[in-house]
Amino acid sequence: MALLISVLEQGLIYGIMALGMYITYKILDFPDMTVDGGFPFGVVLAVVMIRAGVAPILTLPICFLAGCLIGTITGFINVVFKVRDLLAGIIMMTALYSVNLRIAGRANLPMYDYYTIFDNKFLDSIFTNGPLSFLVSFRTVIVLLVIMIVVKVALDWYLNTKSGFMLRAVGDNDALVTSMGVNKGMVRITGLAVANGLVALSGSIYAQQQGYFDVSMGTGTAVVGLASVIIGTSLLKKVSFFRVTTSVVIGSIIYKGCVALAIKAGLQSTDLKLVTAVLFLVILIVTMDKKKKVKG
Amino acid sequence: MLELKNICKIYNSGSVNEMCLFDDFNLTVPDKQFVAVVGSNGSGKTSMLNVICGSIDADRGDVIVNGTNINSKRDFERHKIIGRVYQDPSKGTCPSMNILENMSIADNKGKPYNLGRGVNKQQVERYKEMLSQLGLGLEDKMYTQVGSLSGGQRQALALLMSTMTPIQFLILDEHTAALDPKTADIIMELTEKVVREKELTTIMVTHNLRYAVEYGDRIIMMHQGKAILDREGDSKKSISTEEIMKVFNEISVECGN
Repeated sequence: MALLISVLEQGLIYGIMALGMYITYKILDFPDMTVDGGFPFGVVLAVVMIRAGVAPILTLPICFLAGCLIGTITGFINVVFKVRDLLAGIIMMTALYSVNLRIAGRANLPMYDYYTIFDNKFLDSIFTNGPLSFLVSFRTVIVLLVIMIVVKVALDWYLNTKSGFMLRAVGDNDALVTSMGVNKGMVRITGLAVANGLVALSGSIYAQQQGYFDVSMGTGTAVVGLASVIIGTSLLKKVSFFRVTTSVVIGSIIYKGCVALAIKAGLQSTDLKLVTAVLFLVILIVTMDKKKKVKG
Repeated sequence: MLELKNICKIYNSGSVNEMCLFDDFNLTVPDKQFVAVVGSNGSGKTSMLNVICGSIDADRGDVIVNGTNINSKRDFERHKIIGRVYQDPSKGTCPSMNILENMSIADNKGKPYNLGRGVNKQQVERYKEMLSQLGLGLEDKMYTQVGSLSGGQRQALALLMSTMTPIQFLILDEHTAALDPKTADIIMELTEKVVREKELTTIMVTHNLRYAVEYGDRIIMMHQGKAILDREGDSKKSISTEEIMKVFNEISVECGN
């Protein structure tokens, strides 16, 4: 049971990050490595702000906006200076490593004795002493589900606005965007901004669940995100009643579940990144095989 | 009115492969004229369209629209008054979005793409009406992904989308070349209808000499970056496919083809 809860928690938190990667990787066709720096950027901002006394719930929109800023810079490097997408992300990822250290002041920053979005008087009044006390072990999952629903509805809404239509069009056929008299570079930057906003938002939630910042937290985030997106979009393709955004979140939970099982099967927690990488490779190979069959 | 003045364009400048495409090229297209442009591969037809649309920059010379020089305007800014249909049917539409969404995008051209709803349900009937005029049955496929339509259907949709909003110029870049002969005929007739109804100033590049002869008010044959044949009015009406073919063969022989 504890394992299931842990998988759900991790899956939902990383699911928000995966939604960001869905925008960059699937819609914009932009393998965005910025997330390896952008995710811990969200973590460190949240930790520093909460330690400074900012209301935990406020850290979420602030981190989202800060993430948007980072995405804008990546987009700017790619669009204006015409640096290749992968390189633009790697440049940002590397730079953010130092930025994160600067913000934290040291490599590891805890915040165990502070109220967070998962641990506060309001939730105590509902779960510990209140009517939902039988759900107390699920309280983190429930809070995450609420956040997830808000994020998902907002993203679905955005993708169906005129601006969202342009975002979908630019990845599909950027000649059409130009034909409509719209600067396709600006559309790409907007997409990267929203995507990295979601990544940093995810980081700020992760910070409050884990209760600390560590400078190496971001390593491999992009791989987790890409794996979630690929699982979500290819394995769940046939299930048509899911929106793509839902599929991506479920993909993230499945992926975290697989990693958890592998660790449980006897691997050590130090093997985590190896498991993450190998599993991603397996998923890539499996989904590639599928494509070939369709063509042949 | 569209004017190209003293356009020079050199590819691979300064290398052994240097190729001068345009050397002092001039063209004036008055309002509401429908120009058909023919010529062999590499004669500069598509490059001319690209210079007009800003997809490539000329090394020298001016592109002038209604007396205003638009040299410094970037491609997407120029497209605000230009509608363009490409040779590749997939370039004028969004394959992963449905017909309704595609038309909604096109209908919004010239207005900001902001946080308003992408699809306006009240317009559905109007879009259906427009689609039914194409006669391809697309009005019953509003929620079908454009990627699953045939090339002809997509090109018809692309043509419709590029002319939905008020534009001044219509640029057709071999827009029937990828279609089968029958579908090409249908698209060509639709083109004629749209151009005449909306009184658009049109430049159509085509490899089909018959279309160039049958449609349009003016015919231009390009060769090595020059207009070697340019007829309009009555002299255009009297021109025959054979006559064009003869000129075409002469220049081809000259090139050693």
